[in-house]
Amino acid sequence: MRSPLARFLVRRIVTALLLAVGITLVTFVLTNLVPGDPVAANLGQRALGDPAIVAQWRADHGLDRPLPQQYLMHLGGLLHGDLGTSQQSHRPVLDDLAESVPATLELAGAAIVVSLILGVAFGVIAALRRDRLPDHVLRVVSLVGISVPTFWLALVAFYVFFFRLQITPGSGRIDPGMTPPPHFTGLYTVDSLLSGRWDAFASAVGHLAAPALVLALYTIGLLTRFTRSAVLEVLGQDYVRAARAKGLPRRVVLFRYVLRPALVPVITVAGLAFGSLLSGTVLVEAVFAWPGVGQYAYKSATTLDLPAVMGVGLVVGVVYLVINLVVDVLYGVVDPRVRVS
Amino acid sequence: MSAALTIEGLRVSIGGREVLHGVDLTLEAGRVHGLAGESGSGKTMTGLAVLGLLPHGSESSGRIEFGGRDLLRTPERELDAVRGAKIAMVFQDPSTSLHPMLTVGRQLTEHMRHHLGLGRREARERATGLLAKVRIPGPEEALKRYPHQFSGGMRQRIAIAVALACEPEVLIADEPTTALDVTVQAGILRLLRGLCDDLGLAVLLVTHDLGVMSAVADEVSVMKDGLVVETGARGQVLREPRHPYTRSLLDALPVPPGENSP
Repeated sequence: MRSPLARFLVRRIVTALLLAVGITLVTFVLTNLVPGDPVAANLGQRALGDPAIVAQWRADHGLDRPLPQQYLMHLGGLLHGDLGTSQQSHRPVLDDLAESVPATLELAGAAIVVSLILGVAFGVIAALRRDRLPDHVLRVVSLVGISVPTFWLALVAFYVFFFRLQITPGSGRIDPGMTPPPHFTGLYTVDSLLSGRWDAFASAVGHLAAPALVLALYTIGLLTRFTRSAVLEVLGQDYVRAARAKGLPRRVVLFRYVLRPALVPVITVAGLAFGSLLSGTVLVEAVFAWPGVGQYAYKSATTLDLPAVMGVGLVVGVVYLVINLVVDVLYGVVDPRVRVS
Repeated sequence: MSAALTIEGLRVSIGGREVLHGVDLTLEAGRVHGLAGESGSGKTMTGLAVLGLLPHGSESSGRIEFGGRDLLRTPERELDAVRGAKIAMVFQDPSTSLHPMLTVGRQLTEHMRHHLGLGRREARERATGLLAKVRIPGPEEALKRYPHQFSGGMRQRIAIAVALACEPEVLIADEPTTALDVTVQAGILRLLRGLCDDLGLAVLLVTHDLGVMSAVADEVSVMKDGLVVETGARGQVLREPRHPYTRSLLDALPVPPGENSP
């Protein structure tokens, strides 16, 4: 049983690495296809008037060379961990990302964990209490979650819970007067726990709660729906009736016989949902002034900061790859037919 | 011969519509009782009612007597101690009745451990013996494999092994050969017949196939529209049917029964 799983893993990882190279090519080409001149976006009015300065700037940023060569330079840099220098912040893109990526991962990670727990639980309860009150209530909740636009929800949540009720802290990742915890992972909640800073932990969790819940509502709705229909389908299967005919306790039938096959479609949807959740962070980060990748991407795109845009593209692409890898591996873990065939 | 299980006046309605109108059946230890009839006549519902596994929203009345009590009036929790342990069931299609994601060993041992309180080792040893009994080659290895790695006939043998694991007194086999190739049907029927003789099982063999019936059943009951219209010894029912419906079923066969029976 071990070795087929290991082979399956190796195959998936090799594919993922090849895809990663593909991502660098796509981000590079797309970024260069953008109609817009980074020179115009970055140099002032007077500097633009001087051809010598413009040429100098282009040469400094390697823009005077042919595209294939630029791509190879870009790839070479990537191998050394060099994602170029942001034209806006004048700092290495890698350093900028090292600050913003953990912030977004913390937000999106918290949201996906909450959605998985609540979405799957709601879906199972709705299926088991089909057509009764809990089912009706949960179906309405899930419909609302799916239908309400995230940016609107973010604004309303911010207004109601912070401005009116004052039960959530304001914007940012931590209270303004508080020093962030020492850097281990870049995730404030984890870092403050690791360093035993309980005050920072409480503050970080408080700041995380509202944006993460706002972000999670859509995925909760989605996962509730898919889990409900997946569980209902499995409940009608012969093998569930066969398990009951064996006199197995209800608990065993539910967890061993029903949930496991029902999780297969749920894993697929959860992977996709994580993607939509990442794009949702752009708006939520803007409303809650969360210093994450979404905000960084927005700023870089509007100023045509190409190295930064490519950096963000690469990070998002790699995150998608990792999610897909995890999803594929989970298929293999849950369903033996995937790995033994 | 004593009655292992007696069904008296069993009525079942699903969603307000009555599908069984008072079914009487008696199963005896060491005998195969064939239950024939067209689809929708209530054969499967009769089998499911015995285990209390009728579909959601169905109501039943009458008596199903087993081991000195009425199964229809037994609480769910106590019924779980009967299901799989005293009364077991084999379903029509082994490709859907075995869980695709659990090993054969797991599906063969979990209820043994639950009902009989066996340890892991004991249960595995017994499972190996069971697989050998239903003639699965390499039973030791087979325990580690998954259902999709076996052929249809093999899967049904495994499902039968699962049903027999806790040494039940009654086995309900719901169309156990219908989903299988004709070539493997005979093997499964011989297996059932042999187990019935060796273990003293009372078998209820539900089938719409009178050929299957004539091959293995000791008694035959014929159902039509939720009622048993005729019951009797195999030879009597199949050679001298009294009910016109039985006669029409027999007339529909290409070869008269009895001429191809063992």
